[in-house]
Amino acid sequence: MTTANPISVPSQGGLWAHLIYVLRDNPVTLLSFGLFAFFIGSALFGPYLVPYDPLATNSAIALQPPNFSHWFGTDNLGRDVFSRVIVATRLDLSISIAAVALSFVIGSVLGAIAGYWGGWLDAVLNRVFDTIMAFPLFVLAMGIVAALGNTIENIVYATAIINIPFYARLVRAEVNIRRESGFALAARLSGNSHWRVLAFHIFPNALPPMMVQVSLNLGWAILNAAGLSFIGLGVRPPEPEWGIMVAQGADFVVSGHWWVALFPGLWLMLAVFTFNLMGDGLRDIVDPRRRT
Amino acid sequence: MMLSIKDLAVGFRTRRGEVQAVRGISLELAKGETLGIVGESGSGKSVTSFALMRILDAGGSITAGEVTYSGIDLRRASERDLRTIRGREISMIFQNPRAALNPIRKVGHQIEDVLRQHARATRGNAREKAIQALRDVRINDPEARYYAYPFELSGGMCQRIVIALALACDPRLLIADEPTTGLDITTQKAVMDLSQELIRERGMASILITHDLGLAAQYCDRLAVMKDGEIVETGPAEAVFANPQHDYTRRLVEATPRPDASVRSLLPADRRPPELEYTPSDQPLLEVRDLRKTFAGKAGPVHAVKGISFTVNQGQSVGLVGESGCGKSTTSSMLVRLLDPTEGQILYQGNDLAQIPAEQFGKHPLRGDIQLVFQDATDSLNPRHNAGDCIAEPLRRLAGLRGKALRERVEELAELTGLPANLLSRFPHQLSGGQKARVGIARAIALDPKFLILDEPTAALDVSIQAVILNLLADLRARLGMSYLFVSHDLNVVRLLCDEVIVMQDGAIVEAGPAAQVMTAPAHPYTRALLSAAPRPPERVLETEPLAEVQSAL
Repeated sequence: MTTANPISVPSQGGLWAHLIYVLRDNPVTLLSFGLFAFFIGSALFGPYLVPYDPLATNSAIALQPPNFSHWFGTDNLGRDVFSRVIVATRLDLSISIAAVALSFVIGSVLGAIAGYWGGWLDAVLNRVFDTIMAFPLFVLAMGIVAALGNTIENIVYATAIINIPFYARLVRAEVNIRRESGFALAARLSGNSHWRVLAFHIFPNALPPMMVQVSLNLGWAILNAAGLSFIGLGVRPPEPEWGIMVAQGADFVVSGHWWVALFPGLWLMLAVFTFNLMGDGLRDIVDPRRRT
Repeated sequence: MMLSIKDLAVGFRTRRGEVQAVRGISLELAKGETLGIVGESGSGKSVTSFALMRILDAGGSITAGEVTYSGIDLRRASERDLRTIRGREISMIFQNPRAALNPIRKVGHQIEDVLRQHARATRGNAREKAIQALRDVRINDPEARYYAYPFELSGGMCQRIVIALALACDPRLLIADEPTTGLDITTQKAVMDLSQELIRERGMASILITHDLGLAAQYCDRLAVMKDGEIVETGPAEAVFANPQHDYTRRLVEATPRPDASVRSLLPADRRPPELEYTPSDQPLLEVRDLRKTFAGKAGPVHAVKGISFTVNQGQSVGLVGESGCGKSTTSSMLVRLLDPTEGQILYQGNDLAQIPAEQFGKHPLRGDIQLVFQDATDSLNPRHNAGDCIAEPLRRLAGLRGKALRERVEELAELTGLPANLLSRFPHQLSGGQKARVGIARAIALDPKFLILDEPTAALDVSIQAVILNLLADLRARLGMSYLFVSHDLNVVRLLCDEVIVMQDGAIVEAGPAAQVMTAPAHPYTRALLSAAPRPPERVLETEPLAEVQSAL
C-alpha cells in the first residue's frame, strides 16, 4: 500500500490520484469497481480460462449437482454450467455496452440540439421521445426484434432505441439550464460558434449526471437482452447467454435441478447490481468539482 | 441579558478533517437592542446564527462554549424545546427571500402555517391574522396578496412576506441574515426601514448579519466585527465606524464605498500605489443612437430599452446606473453584440455594428475590440475548464495563438491582473471570489479590447476584494487605454471609476452628466431617490484629503 493517508488531497489534475481517492472514499464504489473488473476480465479472458468447452455435450454427466469438477454443476446435456456462465459474460456485456453507447451518442446529440435551440425542434423531438416512452419498453423491444429479424444486432438496436429518450431528456435539461449561463455567453464572446459552445462548453458539463445514467442503463440493457433471449428472441441456443440459460434451466427447477437456472441468474443479478452501484462512483470521477 | 454567547466554537467535519468555522466568540444582547455582526464571506457570521438556532448543516456542531437565551441553555436544549423556541421566541430572516418561501404555496397560507404551528391562531381566525400580518409589513391590498404565490411578487415584496412570517408569532429576538443582499438599493432602504420600525414598535431585540458595514452602522446600536471565526472588535456603531481600533475594521471601513472616497483611498493606507495617469480623449469611440429593444411578451410587447442615445469617448469611463429591470443589462447585451437591437445604431469608430447580426459577430474582426466582464464570475467560468483554459479561450479562438505563445500570453495576462501563475491550473471551484473575478477580467482583456463593458463586476464580492478589483480596473484602464461602460446599481461604486454617469429608469435615460454633478446635484427625482437610498454610515474623520478633492472638483 502507498503511504498516503486517507484524507490527503489529490494533486491538481491528477486523474489517477483522484480515481484512487474516490475509490478509497467510498467502499461501495470500490466493491462495484472490483466486480466490474471481474466481469471485464471474464469477458476478455473467460473463453481461454474456463475448464470446459461451453458447447461440449456429454450425456453421461447430465444434470450433476455442483461438485469439485463441475463447480456450478452440469445441465441436461452435460455441459459445464460454470464454463457457460463465464463465457456468456462477453456476449451479454457486448450487447449492453454497444446498445448503451449507441443510445448515449444518439440521445446526447438529439437532446443537446433540443435543449440548446429549443423552439419547434424541441417540441417535435420531445413528442417523439414521449411516444417511445409511452410504449411498455420491453414490449417495444420485442416488437422491434420481431420485426427486424432475430439477430444479435437487432437486440442491440432495439435496446438502444428504447433507451434513447432517457439520455435525450437528461441532456436536454442539463443543456437547457446552461444555455444562458455566463460561461456559455463568455464562450460566444471568445469567438465560438453556437455548435462549438454547445459541444465543447455546455455538453461536457452534462457528463456527470450522464455517467450515472450510463451505469444504470448498462444494468437495464443486460436485463433487457437477457429478457429477450429468455422469451426466445435474439440469441439462439446453444450459444451460452444468461437469459437463455435461465430460460432453459427453469424447466429443471421443478425437478429439483436448481443449479442450472440459479447460477446464470445469479450472474445476471450481480452484473446489474454492479452497474447500479457504479453510477455514483463514475460521476465522482467525471466531475471536476469533486476534485477538491 | 437576553442572549449571551460565551466562547462559542463551531466546527465542521470535512474531507480535509475538522474545520473551525467559529473559534470561541462571546457576545451579549440586551432586550430591545440591535446588534450588527459584520464580516466578509467565510468570517463565520452566518454559522454563528445557525449555531444559536441549532440549524447547522450536517457535519457541523458546536464544539465548545455556551449559548443562553433567557436562561435556557440552547446548546443542550432538546429538539422539541427548540421547535417551540424557533419562530415564537427567536426567528430568522434569510438571505434569499425567494428560497425561503415555499414556491408552490400561497403566501397567506404560509403565514397561517406558522401561526397555527405555534397555536397563535385557530382555523377560524387564521386568515384574518395572516392578512393582518401582511398589513403590518405594509403590503398594499393584503387581501389580494394573501392569494399570491411567491413567484408573482417582486424581490422586495417577498422579503416583506418573509419578515411577516418571521414576526407572525411576536418573537422576542429577530435574526436577519443578509436580509437585503440582492435587492435593489431603494428596496433595501424600504425593507430595512420597515423592519427597524417594526422591531422598535414591538420592543424586540435583533441581530443584523451583513457584509455591509455602512448598512450595519446605520441600523444597529452595536457592532461586532468578525474575521476568520473570531470577533476582532465590538462597540457602539458610531464608535466602530468613526474610530476603528482593529486593523481589519479599519480596512473594512476604508474599503466601504462612500461619497467622499477616491478609488485608491479604498485600499489600506499602507498599500496604496501611486495613482496612474489617465487622460480620456475627446474622440468618440462608441456612439449609441436611439437604441431600442422590444421583446415579444405574453401580454403584448415589452419595451426593455426605449430609444437611448449616448457617446463613449476613447479612454473614457461611463457609468450606466439603474435598478433591476431598468434595461441596463439589455443595453450591455446589445452593445457587446450578444443581442440584436430592434432599432437604432451602434456606431463603433464610425461602423454601425447594429447592422451585423449577433449570430455572425463571433467571427467579425471587431469581436476582440468589444468585450464584457460578467456580473457573476462564478457563473461566467466553465466549471470544467481551469483558470488558464478560461483565459486562453479567446486567444485560441480569435487570435489563433497556440503552444508557447499562448502560454506566455496567458501568464502575462495573469500577471497583469494580479493572479498568481500557480493558480492557472486550478478549476473555478478551487478559486476565491476575487481570484475568479481576476480570471474573468484577464479573459476579457486578453484580446486588447478598446471598449470593455463591466456588468456589475464587483456585485458578488466582499468590500475589501471589491476595493482591490476596482483599483485593478482603474490601473488597467490607465495602462491599456480602454474605454469602460460600467454597469451597476450602486452610484457610489460607479462614481469611483467613471467620469460620466448615465441613469436609466424603465428603459429610458433619465439623467446623464459628469459624475460629480450627478452625485452632488442630481436633477431627476429618481437619481435623488437612488442617492438617498444608499446606506448612510455615520460621519467619519479618518482622512480629510479625499474630501478636499471632491470639493475642488466642484
